Amino acid sequence: MSPETLADLTAHELADRFAGGSATAVEATEAALERITATDERLHAFLTVTADQALEDARRVDQRRERGEPLGPLAGVPLALKDVLVTKGIRTTAGSRILEEFIPPYDATVVSRLRERGVVILGKTNMDEFAMGSSTENSGYGPTRNPWDTARVPGGSSGGSAAAVAAGQAPLGVGTDTGGSIRQPAALCGIVGVKPTYGLVSRYGLIAFASSLDQVGPFARDVRDAANLLEAIAGHDPMDSTSIPDAPTDVTSRLTEGIDGLRVGVVKELFLEGSEPGVLARVREGLERLERLGARLEECSLPSFEYALSAYYLIAPAECSSNLARYDGVRWGLRAKDSADVVDMMQRTRQAGFGAEVKRRVMLGTYALSAGYYDAYYGQAQKVRTLVRRELEAAYERFDLLVGPTAPTVAFPIGEKADDPLAMYLNDVFTIPVNLAGNAAISVPAGLSEGLPVGLQLIAPALGEATMFRAAWAFERDLGLSTRPVQLGGAGDAGAAAEEVRS
Amino acid sequence: MPISRADVEHVARLARLTLTDEELDRFQAQLSVILEEAEKIRRLPTEGVPPTAHPLPRVNAWREDVPGPCLTRDEALSTAPEVEQDRFKVPRIIEEAP
Repeated sequence: MSPETLADLTAHELADRFAGGSATAVEATEAALERITATDERLHAFLTVTADQALEDARRVDQRRERGEPLGPLAGVPLALKDVLVTKGIRTTAGSRILEEFIPPYDATVVSRLRERGVVILGKTNMDEFAMGSSTENSGYGPTRNPWDTARVPGGSSGGSAAAVAAGQAPLGVGTDTGGSIRQPAALCGIVGVKPTYGLVSRYGLIAFASSLDQVGPFARDVRDAANLLEAIAGHDPMDSTSIPDAPTDVTSRLTEGIDGLRVGVVKELFLEGSEPGVLARVREGLERLERLGARLEECSLPSFEYALSAYYLIAPAECSSNLARYDGVRWGLRAKDSADVVDMMQRTRQAGFGAEVKRRVMLGTYALSAGYYDAYYGQAQKVRTLVRRELEAAYERFDLLVGPTAPTVAFPIGEKADDPLAMYLNDVFTIPVNLAGNAAISVPAGLSEGLPVGLQLIAPALGEATMFRAAWAFERDLGLSTRPVQLGGAGDAGAAAEEVRS
Repeated sequence: MPISRADVEHVARLARLTLTDEELDRFQAQLSVILEEAEKIRRLPTEGVPPTAHPLPRVNAWREDVPGPCLTRDEALSTAPEVEQDRFKVPRIIEEAP
């Protein structure tokens, strides 16, 4: 083991050191950048590292602290930002070659909020192209590797942010979750990941994949950090008409109060055959732990969950085919040269700029929305969405939270599912119902199976984050896993990490 | 297969993608597998169930119609592949008359 540095600490531990004067934001940022330099050739978590800007931002926080200005709990803390949130003056690719040279003229609301709170953004992290994938292999810039075993995927689509936080490149990360893209990589990388209630966090400046499902959320190495980060980015935004006005954003004040008497529903449909036995074993131990902590567990059945995956893989592609129509070579991004006319230009631009999974989903969505198929596919999927929502609403009359595994497997080898879309889609089978209903959920580490992390998923009704975090905190504290970064493991070669750009 | 080669070509045209023959073959096979999986929801009885397009029950999000800060024209054009006379420039759209 190498000696502990500031890069090994959680955000709240860093905040304590900053407040006590034993560390500065610049030192914490330098430690994070050193960790990136030491590990990212192998990991490839970042697409762009903004080292100079990060150090400048850190210096400004230190100066404010010296002047005695009041600072929030995240001031001076480094963060890894998924490259799907636009950053003014900093290249934003969404993992796609079609946006290889896209320099946004404005900041996403989440980015402005982070900057206002003094969070130090280290750079932009790798992801499946336009957030479509469950392994980060669909990135146009090469895959990210799982720090636990670099021959394996980190999950996806927010795999870069998850791997960065797990490896100590940053104590905090931001991702987006459309069908599990925060929770599943959090589970596969052994960290905490949160999909907030739809509408709690602004989507302004989030490059859209499926607008009725997309939500921004935090990654961290412990529950308290994740809760603090959610508080920092949550809240109403007039620039996003789907943002909830007057939503409660206090999710931390009752964090440590325990879960005695909490009613927890064990969702039968989340314990399907086909999940890895090691995953099920850790999650079942987790259920016993929750019970020992005072929660009252009872099985419940939500039969519509069986149809959620199929409904999602019609709804999400349908919305994506519409959202991605904007990549036509006119207003931003790539444009094919020497075209005969405008349609030829659009077709050749999209053909050259999109990767296989994006084309597949655009095709699937276009088909599901096309004349003659709309009612049978998209319309029917929307009705299934109603069934999922109703069953969850009924369950919340009996339960405060629902519980199950986050993903059916641990991290799988790079390449294993790359040619089998349906096998890849099954990664999201336990996370998708929450997105369809717009509920909140968290993945919290539950231990290891064959040396690789397993995640326990706690599901809460809309705006039920405070209870969800309270349960996750109690679980985490009782289980007592390390919150230190993992040392890079496995035999994966350094390989295609040459895309990194320093600006 | 639930989706024919002609369907795949048609959808590619609608989606403005010029797929290669190899891609057309692969997507026909892969989309067929995914659509076969979707068959189970096609057969699900859903009479009387209203569709959900969106998880929030909100209908309209009103705000006062007052001007606020926005991008300048130069900023808005800064991301474009080609610009002329303060406008996005595109290749020819309409054929010239012979």
